[in-house]
Amino acid sequence: MSNAPILSIITFLPLLGALLILMVRGDDAAAKRNIRMIALFATAVTFGLSLIPVALFNPGTAEFQFVERANWLGGVISYRMGIDGISLPLIILTTFLMPFCILASWQAIDTRVKEYMVAFLVLETLMIGVFCALDIVLFYLFFEAGLIPMFLIIGIWGGKRRIYASFKFFLYTLLGSVLMLLAIMAMIWTAGTSDIAELIKQGPTVFSRDMQFWLWIAFFASFAVKMPMWPVHTWLPDAHVEAPTAGSVILAGVLLKMGGYGFLRFSLPMFPEASQFFAPFVFTLSVIAIVYTSLVAMVQEDIKKLIAYSSVAHMGFVTMGIFAGNAEGIQGAVFQMVSHGIVSGALFLCVGVVYDRMHTREIAAYGGLVNRMPVYAVIFMIFTMANVGLPGTSGFVGEFLTLIGTFKASTKVAFLACFGLILSACYALWLYWQVIWGELTKPALKSIADVDRREIAILAPLVVLTILLGVYPKPVLSTSEVAVNALVESYNQANAAAGKTAAAAPR
Amino acid sequence: MYQAIVFLPLVGFLIAGLFGRAIGARASEVVTTGLLGISALLSWFALYQVGYAGRGTTVELMQWIHAGSLNVSWTLRIDTLTAVMLVVVNSVSFLVHLYSIGYMHEDPHRPRFFAYLSLFTFAMLMLVTANDLLQMFFGWEGVGLASYLLIGFWFKKPTANAAAMKAFVVNRVGDFGFALGIFGLYKLTGSISFDAVFGAAQGLVGQKMEFLGYQLDALTVVCLLLFMGAMGKSAQFLLHTWLPDAMEGPTPVSALIHAATMVTAGVFMVARLSPVFEYSPTALTVVMFFGATTAFFAATVGLVQNDIKRVIAYSTCSQLGYMFVALGAGAYSVGIFHLFTHAFFKALLFLGAGSVIHAMHHEQDIRRMGGLAGHIKFTYAMMLIGTLALTGFGLPFLHLGFAGYYSKDAIIEVAYAAHSVMGPYAFTLTVAAAAMTSFYSWRLIFMTFHGKPRWAEAHAAHDDHAHAAHGHDDHAHGHAKADDHGHAHDDHGHGHHAHQPHESPLVMLIPLGALAAGSVLAGAVFSKKFAYEDGIKSFFRESIFMRPENHIIHDFHSVPGWVPWTPFVMMALGFVLAWYMYIRAPHVPAELARRHQGLYQFLLNKWYFDELYDRIFVRPAQWLGRFFWKKGDGWLIDGFGPDGIAARVVDVTRGVVRLQTGYVYHYAFAMLIGVAALATWFMFSGGVAGSH
Repeated sequence: MSNAPILSIITFLPLLGALLILMVRGDDAAAKRNIRMIALFATAVTFGLSLIPVALFNPGTAEFQFVERANWLGGVISYRMGIDGISLPLIILTTFLMPFCILASWQAIDTRVKEYMVAFLVLETLMIGVFCALDIVLFYLFFEAGLIPMFLIIGIWGGKRRIYASFKFFLYTLLGSVLMLLAIMAMIWTAGTSDIAELIKQGPTVFSRDMQFWLWIAFFASFAVKMPMWPVHTWLPDAHVEAPTAGSVILAGVLLKMGGYGFLRFSLPMFPEASQFFAPFVFTLSVIAIVYTSLVAMVQEDIKKLIAYSSVAHMGFVTMGIFAGNAEGIQGAVFQMVSHGIVSGALFLCVGVVYDRMHTREIAAYGGLVNRMPVYAVIFMIFTMANVGLPGTSGFVGEFLTLIGTFKASTKVAFLACFGLILSACYALWLYWQVIWGELTKPALKSIADVDRREIAILAPLVVLTILLGVYPKPVLSTSEVAVNALVESYNQANAAAGKTAAAAPR
Repeated sequence: MYQAIVFLPLVGFLIAGLFGRAIGARASEVVTTGLLGISALLSWFALYQVGYAGRGTTVELMQWIHAGSLNVSWTLRIDTLTAVMLVVVNSVSFLVHLYSIGYMHEDPHRPRFFAYLSLFTFAMLMLVTANDLLQMFFGWEGVGLASYLLIGFWFKKPTANAAAMKAFVVNRVGDFGFALGIFGLYKLTGSISFDAVFGAAQGLVGQKMEFLGYQLDALTVVCLLLFMGAMGKSAQFLLHTWLPDAMEGPTPVSALIHAATMVTAGVFMVARLSPVFEYSPTALTVVMFFGATTAFFAATVGLVQNDIKRVIAYSTCSQLGYMFVALGAGAYSVGIFHLFTHAFFKALLFLGAGSVIHAMHHEQDIRRMGGLAGHIKFTYAMMLIGTLALTGFGLPFLHLGFAGYYSKDAIIEVAYAAHSVMGPYAFTLTVAAAAMTSFYSWRLIFMTFHGKPRWAEAHAAHDDHAHAAHGHDDHAHGHAKADDHGHAHDDHGHGHHAHQPHESPLVMLIPLGALAAGSVLAGAVFSKKFAYEDGIKSFFRESIFMRPENHIIHDFHSVPGWVPWTPFVMMALGFVLAWYMYIRAPHVPAELARRHQGLYQFLLNKWYFDELYDRIFVRPAQWLGRFFWKKGDGWLIDGFGPDGIAARVVDVTRGVVRLQTGYVYHYAFAMLIGVAALATWFMFSGGVAGSH
């Protein structure tokens, strides 16, 4: 392997793009065009470079790869980067989605283009950083700083109620992060290191059972909000509704995955006893999320809100799979995160297509679009079916694996979660029916145009990927396989050991 | 070869679907139909290869899902059971494709239609060639998708949209069970590939499994869950409601759904899983119960329907019930036999009905037909053959008859001979259903082809320029006036061009002829292979499993002499009654309906299942959704959570906005930077402290 700090390059390349954009002078059409081109170029190159770790990645080991170290902030805290099979798919997901976000904003955003693109590029750096960081403090900084550009994107380029939405988003996430910060301080204090790899190795033994519980709760507060899990999910529908299209794509596609990633990177390996103890609690919340939010999605009047609620339901499958604690469930959770990133991102892009034309997200304002937009109808159908979890689309693989993993852990939970299969069909097909099918009667829609070349260029790769991963999910599954198996093994070992000592120690 | 059989329809789908508009409608038709023709020919060859020459095989294509101990790959499993299904699916589908060229020739969306048909076929082929439960599930949901698209093909029609969604959702309810069944088998055996599961089945007898907090018999739980899936696909009692509504699709689709694909999936699944079901007598009893109940229930509803397609639809539902009775009795091959013969005559009846509808310019109400026999002679002859086959016409003393005679009568005998507590129940209901089948089938023939023409007046005001505008949604509202042959509700008040019924073009009649040949011969030719011990052993071999103690095939051939006569008597009874009520004394039905208004309405409204489900499922779900949204999210969570705080914040910032000309974001930004700085400082000091 080469010695170039490839992860740092990928992480900070977007930031470099942002600096370049800041240097562009003027506010005329040419400047705007330059800004957009730079942003597209930066994200495209980042994606291209992110394929290097994919090519060089060794799927046969659970160790962190491409590790970089540099001293920083004194002795303990340092700059450490590295990836394993769990973070790599999420990094690719991020770099893959970014160019589409830039393209989707090409015409939709015409005010403060410079700030917008800078915000997006900064956001990309922070998101990749989250998945690469191997130092818990570094992780925390990336994790929390990501809030800022997203907050701005919603707050400045959002819809009518953007201020309310952005503050709600901010309040929720801030609450969680304060607790996590305290927990991180306590961990460093106890373990004497902030190295994530070390913490994973030592965590289960160094942290006492009681301490694990408190740390687990503190991390949970942060991750549950990011997921989002019921009942701290209500920021998501509002944030989605008000965010510009690309903001929604990133929100649903990547930001929601940080919670799941956090559970896999911290909660499960570092606090295995607490994770097992709290698993029923997480199951309960997950099942509620799946059933409750699916029911809520059924009665929505706003397209984006409906998809947002369905996102909450799908994330319920992820948390359920993670805490099932077996290989099927966790592999499924990782896959579901990737798949949901693609599918829900694509669905928001689809909504963006009609929103750009009609400037409304109300379901009742549409109807009969297939008459004027046949190509759009086909694309939307494919993503609707992926959202429903039809076998042959990527949505199915994750759902199926998390469910089968959960069934092994608890039949009751899997049984209840399966209602999600029925309900998702109800809301997704109902939406499709209301928007796409029927006679085209509304006068405003009479001259609506089908998707143009740019939009097809954005959506076509996502269509291909959705079906490809549904039929041949191996690229993702085999990347994460070894890392997940190692995680499961150490999780089970730690709990078995804890069970033994608990049994041995007389009380 | 097997790859070609399965994937040629997919190729057809892709060509017609992606390039349909570029290559045009005619080319799409030719390509999809041609490819299916090849598939169909190869399927017959495959049946010979596998069934007669005994060369079954499995073809592994590529890996699909691998996680933990779960390992699933795309594989084609070719044994006799599969080969039989390949023949059924591809033959009927090919004929339906061919027929559609004529039937759909006015439709502007033909490439899309043919693409869907091919997709439907492909999904079904994946289902029947599955080598594990997951690929079966893939095909299973795939036919669900394709049927959704086809039922909603005329997307401008609200009833079609509703029916399409209903079909998908009701099927999903079944799939809910199917999925849980798969999970259960995986938990029990650690695998979901058929060979592994079948090998482990015997060892699971008597084993308990925790399910929803109860300790239950493992095999029974799993089988019942899987059967729930079968109930959804095969439209069994309680999950049948989507099937009649599926009539909203174009008629060839109905033929495809009802005869060869989709609804047969459930029957196939139970037969395929015979090595598992065989060890759970409880599950088999339940299968038999639902089968018999469906056979009876659907037949009663079929008695009074007035839409030509709906009558046949309920007949399908009822015949599927018969198949499950056979499966429940452990006579799997007999169930498959009926599936096989039924495919021919049901496709024939549907396509015949399509020909009638075509002749009548998209009229579907048999009350506005009559006397058509002379106008469309060929169609009439074909419908007669289909009806004779469906009612099981045959001569018991010569043991000679139409296709249905062999398979259906065998099922009734099986029900009699079944060593199951449900046996007498199933026997009684299937015999009763046989009489009703005969009655409604002949009622259909008499009302459509005999008697006084009732279409001349009705059609004086009937247009035919757009399929989409048509389709008589005449089941739901007020047909209290029902059998007065009311022409009153003619809601198509345009134009004034009276039509003569006309015979369909050759491209539609050839498929009818081919299917008619099947309806006459399929029973006689194949009965040895499907319904006799030696035949089954040499033909099906390992593809169907029967415990050594299961002697049902032997037993049903030695039932008392009067048993084989009962279906014959019932058939004759139904015929005579229909003849009396619709030819001899046509005023009787209306009188009967008037006298037994309650019963009549009950049947006409399909036992009020739609209304019931709307009350107990649809509306409560919507109410709950609204409640959770407004009260749960809005009042409880937001009200006590962020809004309380956010409202204050927003108040404050509004003030700031007014003061600072809108640059609230800079403040927010500054605030966040502050938080980040604070955090960094904390970390720094914490880190230093930790290092000591």
